[in-house]
Amino acid sequence: MATTLERPIVDARPISRPPTKREIYSDRGFRLLTGLFAWATVALLVFIVLEIGAKAVPSMKTEGLGFITGKVWDANAQQYGILPQIWGTLYSSAIALVIGSILGVAVAVFLSERFLSTAVFKLLKVFGKQFHPFWGKLPDQLDALLKNLIELLAAIPSVVYGLWGIFVIIPLIRPPCNWLHDHLGWIPLFGTSLSGPGMLPASLVLAIMILPTISAISRDALVAVPPKLREAAYGLGATRWEAILGVIVPTAQIGIIGSILLAFGRALGETMALAMLVGNANVISVSLFSPGNTLAALLANNFPEANKANVGVLMYAALVLMAITLVVNIFGSLVLQHSAARTRGAR
Amino acid sequence: MEETIVRQIGRDDATRLAALISTAELQKSLRRPRSLFSFAMNFVTASLTFIALAPLFSVVYMLVVRGVHALSLAVFTSLPPDANEAGGGFGNAIAGTLVMVAIAASMSVPFGILAAVYLAEVGPETKLAKFVRFSAKILSGFPSVLAGVVAYGAVVLLTGGFSAWAGGVALSLLMLPTVILTAEDAIRMVHPRIREAAIGMGATTTQTICRILLPTAMPGILTGVMLAVARAAGETAPLLFTALFSNYWPFSRGASQLSGPTASLAVLIYNFSGSPFDNLKDMAWAASLVLVVLVLAINLIGQSLSRRRVG
Repeated sequence: MATTLERPIVDARPISRPPTKREIYSDRGFRLLTGLFAWATVALLVFIVLEIGAKAVPSMKTEGLGFITGKVWDANAQQYGILPQIWGTLYSSAIALVIGSILGVAVAVFLSERFLSTAVFKLLKVFGKQFHPFWGKLPDQLDALLKNLIELLAAIPSVVYGLWGIFVIIPLIRPPCNWLHDHLGWIPLFGTSLSGPGMLPASLVLAIMILPTISAISRDALVAVPPKLREAAYGLGATRWEAILGVIVPTAQIGIIGSILLAFGRALGETMALAMLVGNANVISVSLFSPGNTLAALLANNFPEANKANVGVLMYAALVLMAITLVVNIFGSLVLQHSAARTRGAR
Repeated sequence: MEETIVRQIGRDDATRLAALISTAELQKSLRRPRSLFSFAMNFVTASLTFIALAPLFSVVYMLVVRGVHALSLAVFTSLPPDANEAGGGFGNAIAGTLVMVAIAASMSVPFGILAAVYLAEVGPETKLAKFVRFSAKILSGFPSVLAGVVAYGAVVLLTGGFSAWAGGVALSLLMLPTVILTAEDAIRMVHPRIREAAIGMGATTTQTICRILLPTAMPGILTGVMLAVARAAGETAPLLFTALFSNYWPFSRGASQLSGPTASLAVLIYNFSGSPFDNLKDMAWAASLVLVVLVLAINLIGQSLSRRRVG
């Protein structure tokens, strides 16, 4: 007992005293240091833009705007045009976005409206188990598990998705796609047969990769809808889906649109799944089954064996990719900020 | 009860009311279009959710089925095999991935934490802070392949060759925004009273931050770092043309090997996935299994840290 009392209550250099000169100077130094690194972050962004921009300038001068409208990429003939790549980037992302947002928003609604726990509660009620301490907690745990599983989709590296796409998706969708081509080939969408890699398999995998982004951000937006609105809708006698489609989703729509825009930005820049699945052909086609190429895949495939002349044009292509993704990302973050401000106002 | 209603509103009205109630809106029947619609939409949403989960199970199933049988001890200790040659492994790729992620973390973690300290404590409302947050957000939305392009321009062209250092720089560019944003959140989560107590005792900003705030926020910061590391370990695109690939150990002739091309798991998967040889395809699946287990393990460690902070 005595020993514990004898232990000094304050240590040798207590903090509760006026700072010494040395401490004041080191404090100033530390603040300066953090400020320096804060500046460095901004400088880094500027550096990245300038680095790519400056290296692209020489070929911007020689290639001009013909680079963006040209359709041929032939390093031997010194002919460079990236219209097929721009088309492929936008087209594959658009298809992925359609599939990904249908699935993602459905998942977000499923999670935010707690479908699973309601269903499990009902099921447990049938067996008369609703007050049991263990069973009572089960539905919430299932909800959390489902949310984590969806988030796991984002944790799998894209190169693994690419591998999976090659060995699972392509063999899986080839027969139905070729059936569609044989029977409905007059529709431009099914204009070519799927011989292996192509737009659709790449877009499908891309859709899976952007789905967690859409569902996570949309879910946040849906959960942020004030409970009063929900209660009012049910009070008026709305069914669950009348409440969801008439009140909850419209209130959260800006957040959902923002999530889709951010996912679009991510899809535009996604590289590996497309480099492995899209086929690397410089073709502009509306057919879902034809091979294509994207800007990111072009960079990934050509940089490893780039020479002096090539690096310039590749930097130009990188600049175009950066410009597209920057515009989409900035727009998406602005929309999301707006939605956050709006839901705060609604409360 | 019935009689009082009848007395109050008259018999005709009462019958009409009763009819209305019995047929009515309050009744839930699947024969009514609106209930039917609701039921159908429940079904559609539930099935879409499970369709969304199908790829996860399919990927895991394929990794287990095709990856496990190619897994052995040799896989971790030996170099990649030639085409159609039995055995071999990708020990050098595992080592390369770990080395490059370590290089990336050693650059981006101190940088990110110091910038986050500025954002959370030193000048949270300044114009610079707004710029920094904006830059970090833009950087986090950057395509990963562009990080590779930058590292290629800044390191590969400058030093004249592909190297683990260039790969590390590319990965650190990808890790930095995650570290900054999560570390700022973690520092902000520290209860204001703790900070006020320190300041009340006369501590300088530096003492408050280094002795009180950073240790308290450490689990949260580490969670962010873990997330960033997990993401960096799985990145392929920026490594394709910064670290390239190599069939040799990163340390076989001392650390100097790091300034030459270096193998990584992700690039190995990419290279071997397009190969026509079965043994290389098997290697790609085994490497995928190892990579996914590695990434998930780092993720889980990070999440368990953040849970402890809440509890």
